[in-house]
Amino acid sequence: MSIRRATPRKTRPRAPGRGVPPALLLPALLGLAFLLVPLLALLLRAPWRSLPEQLTSPQVWEALRLSLVCATTATALSLVVGVPLAWLLARTDFPGRGLVRALVTLPLVLPPVVGGVALLLALGRNGVVGQWLDAWFGITLPFTTTGVVLAETFVAMPFLVISVEGTLRAADPRYEEAATTLGASRFTAFRRVTLPLIAPGVAAGAVLAWARALGEFGATITFAGNFPGRTQTMPLAVYLALQSDPAAAIALSLVLLAVSIAVLAGLRDRWMRAV
Amino acid sequence: MPRSAAWTRRLRRIGAPAAGALLALSACSAPGSEAGPGAGADGAGPAGTVTVFAAASLKESFTELGERFEKAHPGARVAFNFGGSDTLAAGIANGAPADVFAAAGPTPMKLVTDQGLTDGAPSTFARNRLEIATAPGNPHRIDSLQDLADPGLKVVLCDTTVPCGAAARTALTAGGVDVSPASYERDVKSALTKVRLKEADAAVVYRTDVRAAGDTVEGVEFPEAGRAVNDYPLAVLDNAPNPGAAEAFVRLVTSAEGRKVLGEAGFLAP
Repeated sequence: MSIRRATPRKTRPRAPGRGVPPALLLPALLGLAFLLVPLLALLLRAPWRSLPEQLTSPQVWEALRLSLVCATTATALSLVVGVPLAWLLARTDFPGRGLVRALVTLPLVLPPVVGGVALLLALGRNGVVGQWLDAWFGITLPFTTTGVVLAETFVAMPFLVISVEGTLRAADPRYEEAATTLGASRFTAFRRVTLPLIAPGVAAGAVLAWARALGEFGATITFAGNFPGRTQTMPLAVYLALQSDPAAAIALSLVLLAVSIAVLAGLRDRWMRAV
Repeated sequence: MPRSAAWTRRLRRIGAPAAGALLALSACSAPGSEAGPGAGADGAGPAGTVTVFAAASLKESFTELGERFEKAHPGARVAFNFGGSDTLAAGIANGAPADVFAAAGPTPMKLVTDQGLTDGAPSTFARNRLEIATAPGNPHRIDSLQDLADPGLKVVLCDTTVPCGAAARTALTAGGVDVSPASYERDVKSALTKVRLKEADAAVVYRTDVRAAGDTVEGVEFPEAGRAVNDYPLAVLDNAPNPGAAEAFVRLVTSAEGRKVLGEAGFLAP
């Protein structure tokens, strides 16, 4: 899952030229077109004339603000618990580690709506854990912004864990061992040696997780519902606008597209190259 | 289901016998259903697959009617695509191959008629009334629409872009009730599910949904629902792949037998 290159950029093989067999080139171009044409269609059919009006409505900004805040919070949450989890999976040996690793990656393949249902059954007001949260602390999570953050974290964190774990496995553990032999505690070694070493992998994982959280739809609408300003993130706004006002849906989609491209482009230069 | 219907049309156009065999499998239809679309014209009765796009709230009653239709016309099959009326209408407008469209309100049907995609004017075949769905036993003692204004209650409504949400908005306005819902759900079944899971204390849904949910929820009627009764329009589509069978299905829905099935599900007569 981590974005790593086996070889540095300079020594990569030459770009496709005459030597490329058509049997590879044709499917490759087909694949490229398949990925790009829908995005192009979004641009072609965009209601450019009414766009300024569509985009300056408070609902759009509310949804965008909520999306950015929730995706960023979900990423931060994923970092706080996900990096230690990745370290546990990569650097320690305990019985059933393979199983734990498989379970951690489950949300990657699980349909997000199923994730949302599972979250409801676990953290809902009547859920396995949620009923105690409600009874003891008066905390209910569904239909709240916190619920959105949790739904997004559930779906996005595995991306970070897998990415960081991969980087950790590739990193040489002897640096840490050297640090501990010189008297550092294992936690100090992690903080002062390991973490700087794997920073690019952590960053790449965080970008993946953030992007996944930003686009989260199924788990969010299932667990947190849909209320403008509280739980209605951009993808939900796009979906519901599509029912009644396709032009507005396209306008909203363009915003999401622009934000995604801007973030990927901005972070690519800073982080990804080093990965 | 829409995909198999799309294949149906494309393959029929090609008319390849082998494709016909594949089609029989993909459309889950019995052998012999390739007798030709809408053989009703020459008196042999409806045959082939009739594709019905119907509102989510019609799921139980139309499934029942579909079974009766297939029993009455061996060789005919009904393929349903249940969903939000607006989504279905958008699908039809974008060329989804359907024979019949049954919507939960006039607005989505208008989207289709405005583009001249129906064969004749749609007719209202049923009406639906709103009810408040609560947990069994009505623990919060909700007796009226006004009770939903209690800020201590978690109330979910359908989003106003779908018919049940628009109707709920009309009823709330008529009653002068100011509800701040916990969520605007994307369709009526999602709203009901939140009550069934006890995440919400109440939802404004159709009485047919309350009835279909059986013992898992309790329905509360309220007078303002009379101001927001939804008409359900039905139409055969202009480019229906199987117009003969489509009309036969519409006849069944609007017959006394159809009325009875719909009435048992909680629908009101038109």
